[in-house]
Amino acid sequence: MRFLLTDEQSDFARTVRSLLGSARVPPAVRAWADGDAGPGRALWARLAETGLFALAVPEAYEGVGPLPLELSLGFVELGRAGVPGPVVESAAAAVLLTELADEALAKRFLPGLAQGEASATLTLPGGSPYALDADAATYCFTVSAAGELRLAAGRGKVLGSTDPARRLSLPPAGGGELLAAGPAVARAAEVAGRWARLLTAAQCLGVGEALLARTVEYAKQRTQFGTPIGSFQAVKHRLADTLLDLEFARPLVWAAALSPGPGEVAAAKLAAGEASYRAAMTALQLHGAVGYTEELDLSLWLRKARPLRDAWGTPSACRAEVLRSLTPRRR
Amino acid sequence: MELTHTADVEAFRTEARDWLRAHVPARPLPSLETAEGFAAHREWEARLHADRWSVVSWPEEYGGRGVDLARWLVFEEEYWAAGAPGRVSQNGINLLAPTLFDHANAEQRARVLPSMASGEVIWAQAWSEPGSGSDLASLTSRAVRTEGGWLLSGQKTWSSRAAFADRAFGIFRSDPDTPKPHQGLTYLMFDLRAPGVTVRPIGRLDGKPAFAELFLDEVFVPDQDVIGEPGQGWRIAMSTTGNERGLTLRSPGRFLAAADRLVGLWHAQGDPSDGALRDRVADAVVGARAYELFTWANASRFAAGETIGAESSLNKVFWSQYDIALHETALDLLGADAELAEGEWAEPWVFSLAGPIYAGTNEIQRDIIAERLLGLPKGRR
Repeated sequence: MRFLLTDEQSDFARTVRSLLGSARVPPAVRAWADGDAGPGRALWARLAETGLFALAVPEAYEGVGPLPLELSLGFVELGRAGVPGPVVESAAAAVLLTELADEALAKRFLPGLAQGEASATLTLPGGSPYALDADAATYCFTVSAAGELRLAAGRGKVLGSTDPARRLSLPPAGGGELLAAGPAVARAAEVAGRWARLLTAAQCLGVGEALLARTVEYAKQRTQFGTPIGSFQAVKHRLADTLLDLEFARPLVWAAALSPGPGEVAAAKLAAGEASYRAAMTALQLHGAVGYTEELDLSLWLRKARPLRDAWGTPSACRAEVLRSLTPRRR
Repeated sequence: MELTHTADVEAFRTEARDWLRAHVPARPLPSLETAEGFAAHREWEARLHADRWSVVSWPEEYGGRGVDLARWLVFEEEYWAAGAPGRVSQNGINLLAPTLFDHANAEQRARVLPSMASGEVIWAQAWSEPGSGSDLASLTSRAVRTEGGWLLSGQKTWSSRAAFADRAFGIFRSDPDTPKPHQGLTYLMFDLRAPGVTVRPIGRLDGKPAFAELFLDEVFVPDQDVIGEPGQGWRIAMSTTGNERGLTLRSPGRFLAAADRLVGLWHAQGDPSDGALRDRVADAVVGARAYELFTWANASRFAAGETIGAESSLNKVFWSQYDIALHETALDLLGADAELAEGEWAEPWVFSLAGPIYAGTNEIQRDIIAERLLGLPKGRR
């Protein structure tokens, strides 16, 4: 056993990180929130050059995947940088179409998704009824409880999210082109939902790391009572606990990417989602009043942490899944 | 990256499992924090040793099997899953032995390790003093030079296992005139039955004498029981506490087995409508898995030649908090029966309460995490 990233895997994560580090992400997020997807799309185009989107798509359709671990590492970086858009949903849609094994559908949609030229959002049975960023996505897929996969015609009215960079809408019910139906769709949707949960967990981890890093930097330079607040034990201990949460969530995300069973994925999402939200609460408290403002870039991550914690599986849903899918250990 | 073991490791697992299945006592031994239980556990150590299962990671010449970290972790998984007894030799095996491997001479290793492996000599740790807990370097007990050795005087306290143990190890101030408190300390082993030693057992919260205070009045220790160079005790001791907080003190196997028993308890008598309690059971399952995976990542790092430093503080805070949460959940599941002192979960719960206190309090561990891993400035404690 070697439960450690390979050099290639670490290199890939570093490549994505450095690309996003040099891109101007916060203005793209703010533009996205205002309904201007242009800068965000430009960011996606640059990400596509790293091969990130191809990781969810099989080689037969111009992808290099499916490689859930590499994809997860990439999504940690998307979270760290705060990249806007239906990144999770595009990957999940690719998984759904791959799982369906319908050659015509695969040929029609997957190459575009693999190259990052197209994006997708989707709603699945048992998930949120709201499609994320349907107004900006190339495609909006819906799977009904009855197992009908449709390409939605038109987009519902945009509803505000607590994270303004997440634009929600209700896809028109029952409408649009019927792409496939039946038990195969339901099965594919189940797998796609699990990937969405895994990649959201990875994104949460990145969001939490960004919040911690920014707060540590702030605590080093912000002085009160004549000394950096980072020297106060009460401050240190909150930050230490934040690191603890994130460091113990990380291996769960790795393991879930290696063997994406329902229980492993739920455990990863639970731990990463909670870690990231607690990191947000610590960041808010330690920044004080300035952290409670929207001007500070910190707000981009602060507002993301809670919706991501609940997207594609609330903590409660994940806990239930962990107990349900538990295989009793042998005696 | 992978999460599967080689066939060799799995074969080792099977061998360990078969042996444990044939040898683990059918009924739990009495608490090792009692005289009767201590004796019963000493016998268990001897049985483990007879088939070389007491110290699997040690070299064969000292009674081990010379296995790598992966096999040690697998052995621990099997050991705790089999419901085998707690280890009365743990202070020696986990704290003193790594120090001996790193800092002792060949004569000392040959003399001390085999009787530790067999349970013939059970070791107690003697670090803390009444005024020196978290600030261990402030200790005042003395080692004074005498012909052929040293004379130890002073008081040690909260000395785990010392009520019934045979020998102890600790650090003593051998040079009172150094400018810094971390200097002039010497690491020594001594006999708990030597003239001048008084052992006063201290009842733990549940009354069991899990530790003791030691009064030392000019206790003679020969030079051969000094570990490393006199005056270097702090550096040597710190390599030991790193072990204590890191991997060796709490293997994931122990928590995996406990979480497993908790899930069994939930299925047997949990109230399906109690969602809050169900959530805590799920958290215990996820916590054990997280700890297991975190440990495997560290083990992989070791195998790749890396070392672990301040990261061991993350480990310590995690398992000590996790241990309490898991046992509290079990008590809540038990309802009225949780109060019964002889219940299956009562003693482990009491034991878990000490976790955030010993091996360096969690407050100190969080300071280490904040300063060394996050780079925050040092401040007044």
